[in-house]
Amino acid sequence: MAVEKKAQGGGYALSTLDSMIAWGRKYSIYPFTFATACCGIEVMGAFGTHYDLSRFGAEVVRFSPRQADLLLVAGTINYKMAPVLVRIYEQMLEPKWVVAMGACASSGGFYNNYTVLQGIDKVIPVDVYIPGCPPNPEGIIDAVVALQKMMETGAPRASERWPIKI
Amino acid sequence: MNDQRKNVVLAKLIEKFGGDVVSTHSDFGDDTALVRRERILEICAFLRDDADCRFDFAMDLTGVDYLGETPRFEVVYHLYSLKNRQRVRIKVRLHEEDPEIDSVVPVWPGINWYEREAYDMYGIIFRNHPNLKRILLYDEFVGHPLRKDYPKTKRQPTLGPQE
Amino acid sequence: MADIVNKNITGGKLDMQAEPVILNIGPSHPATHATLRFVAELDGETLLKLTPEFGYLHRGFEKESENATWTQVIPYTDRLNYVSPLMNNVGYAMAVEKLCGIEITERSKYIRVLISEISRIIDHMVCIGTNMVDLGALTNFWYFWKPREEAYMQLIEPLCGQRLTTAYTRVGGAMWDLPEGWVETCRGVVKNSFLPAIKDVNALLTKNRIFIDRTMGVGKISKSDAIAMGFTGPCLRAAGVPLDLRKDEPYLVYDRFDFDVPVGEQGDTCDRYMVRMEEMRQSIRIIEQALDQMPGGPVNIDDTRYVLPDKTLVYTTIEALMQHFKLIMEGVQVPAGEVYSATEAANGELGYYIVSRGGKGPYKIKVRPPCFPLFQGMPLLCEGQMLADLIATLGSVNIIAGELDR
Repeated sequence: MAVEKKAQGGGYALSTLDSMIAWGRKYSIYPFTFATACCGIEVMGAFGTHYDLSRFGAEVVRFSPRQADLLLVAGTINYKMAPVLVRIYEQMLEPKWVVAMGACASSGGFYNNYTVLQGIDKVIPVDVYIPGCPPNPEGIIDAVVALQKMMETGAPRASERWPIKI
Repeated sequence: MNDQRKNVVLAKLIEKFGGDVVSTHSDFGDDTALVRRERILEICAFLRDDADCRFDFAMDLTGVDYLGETPRFEVVYHLYSLKNRQRVRIKVRLHEEDPEIDSVVPVWPGINWYEREAYDMYGIIFRNHPNLKRILLYDEFVGHPLRKDYPKTKRQPTLGPQE
Repeated sequence: MADIVNKNITGGKLDMQAEPVILNIGPSHPATHATLRFVAELDGETLLKLTPEFGYLHRGFEKESENATWTQVIPYTDRLNYVSPLMNNVGYAMAVEKLCGIEITERSKYIRVLISEISRIIDHMVCIGTNMVDLGALTNFWYFWKPREEAYMQLIEPLCGQRLTTAYTRVGGAMWDLPEGWVETCRGVVKNSFLPAIKDVNALLTKNRIFIDRTMGVGKISKSDAIAMGFTGPCLRAAGVPLDLRKDEPYLVYDRFDFDVPVGEQGDTCDRYMVRMEEMRQSIRIIEQALDQMPGGPVNIDDTRYVLPDKTLVYTTIEALMQHFKLIMEGVQVPAGEVYSATEAANGELGYYIVSRGGKGPYKIKVRPPCFPLFQGMPLLCEGQMLADLIATLGSVNIIAGELDR
């Protein structure tokens, strides 16, 4: 049971205990769907019967940020909603992951004006970006699988390297 | 549709409010009347109550910014009559220096939020409005974004990088 | 139950001798379907005063469309009512065509009726499904979601290329014609997916004691109040006013179909649900008649001021090449003027007020969203009732934030 010393700011988890914890975490993600706009309909489709997200373990949707560990931001975030989003993010407990679903959450989409935040990564750290407008529910499944891979290999979460100092 | 009634509404408006009706037209099949703002409440009450008009639905209210023309702003009302199944559009021009007009909430309570939105987006002030505050944008926003001289990408971010 | 509570309110006495509590509901709340916010003054569980607030999805549709060409506005219109995007496309294309003064082909009109009715059905399915989820009846959501997936995968995606943000109609017609075999697939989907789902949900809900107790008498509105607040659509028809633009101001080819318009009596949540269920059945009738009557012919008009010429002609004749170039570089040229065009969307009257000054794009577009007066009427529907009734009413009124905030 070799235990690798964790480097500053994250590293690889190699111990059996860590990999067991990672196995448990990745197959029981509790998403909090912050669905504002059209992507919300595709999120509902992803949790539906055809593209079943519960096959991947992310079935239990929690409507309280205190009980969730994945913040799935689906839809356009504008300047009026941004403080609400940050508040929800801060209420979540570590470890937490953020998925920016769709073009609007990733970079503002094709709305480039006085009211739309050009990407949620301007205010909260994001782990996975899903392109598309709206992305197919298969895109959400792809993101959950990528997230599971990140959990499995012990990749550092985005919240650990926030704020980015360039 | 009602071809013989087509200009009955406009004719009655001109008959009753003569000098206040600046012009009328029916381009593209829409009856339109451009009126002055002074007696807008009476005009709207007349349109709602008169037997030939009976415009009991206030479908829409919006503002338009004709930058470069004087008067600059225009308030446009779209009305619908359930009984006669017809529509009419009432337009009022307002000057840039005093974009004020009486609120018609006493006539149609449903037009309340439309007036708030016109205030929020264009800065048109509705006198005696019960609650004239911003409705679509956040309170800290300065300016009226749908005016033509407000640049599209001028941001006033509440959070995030201040551009 | 509501009577006892109302008596206390009108008696001028608070139910419990205490100060009212101010509760903030939303904007991130599962029952508010995202981005709606209420500030409720509560006395125990009874709502004394309700202040709705929105604008959390304001994306600047009007400002964006002022800087876009006529065809570039079409994707922006999809995102207005994103559960039935084809209807917004149809409404916008009709408004611009009214301004241009062009008449589209028969086949195009029938196709637009078909896609509008399919969109109406899927919109009502979302409304009833999510409304029931808020009340705790999750099964109906799954029962309605499967036909939606069928409509997306077998009807809308082969037709438009996209499941949700379709951008299908164009000024002068549509993007392209129906694919091979679409008509038969449509018949199959309607018969094998839509009808059984409606039957199943009907069997689960309509005579269900719990459903009736939770929705009858809840969120009532009278006829005159509904008209004064500017309601349109199923909420107005549930209150007893038989206004439906498909019958009263027929557009496209709705006057050739035989269908009924359901009208309620009380204007409460149960009536809104019943009106929507019946409207879905009537939409299926319209779809079947439209599929039977579908004519052949081109889907785009022959006018090259608005429609791109055929590709083989572009490669072989000089006139078509020039027309293609002009349309791509300068866009559709629409005459100056202003027009208001309204269609009966799933939620009510969807109106487009377009001001044009010639040129490559609109000078101003105002969308009259059907949800706007409905959300404005929420205090009227809910004050004096309990907090749980607010949740039931909000779901039945079907507020779509994309349309409300634009």
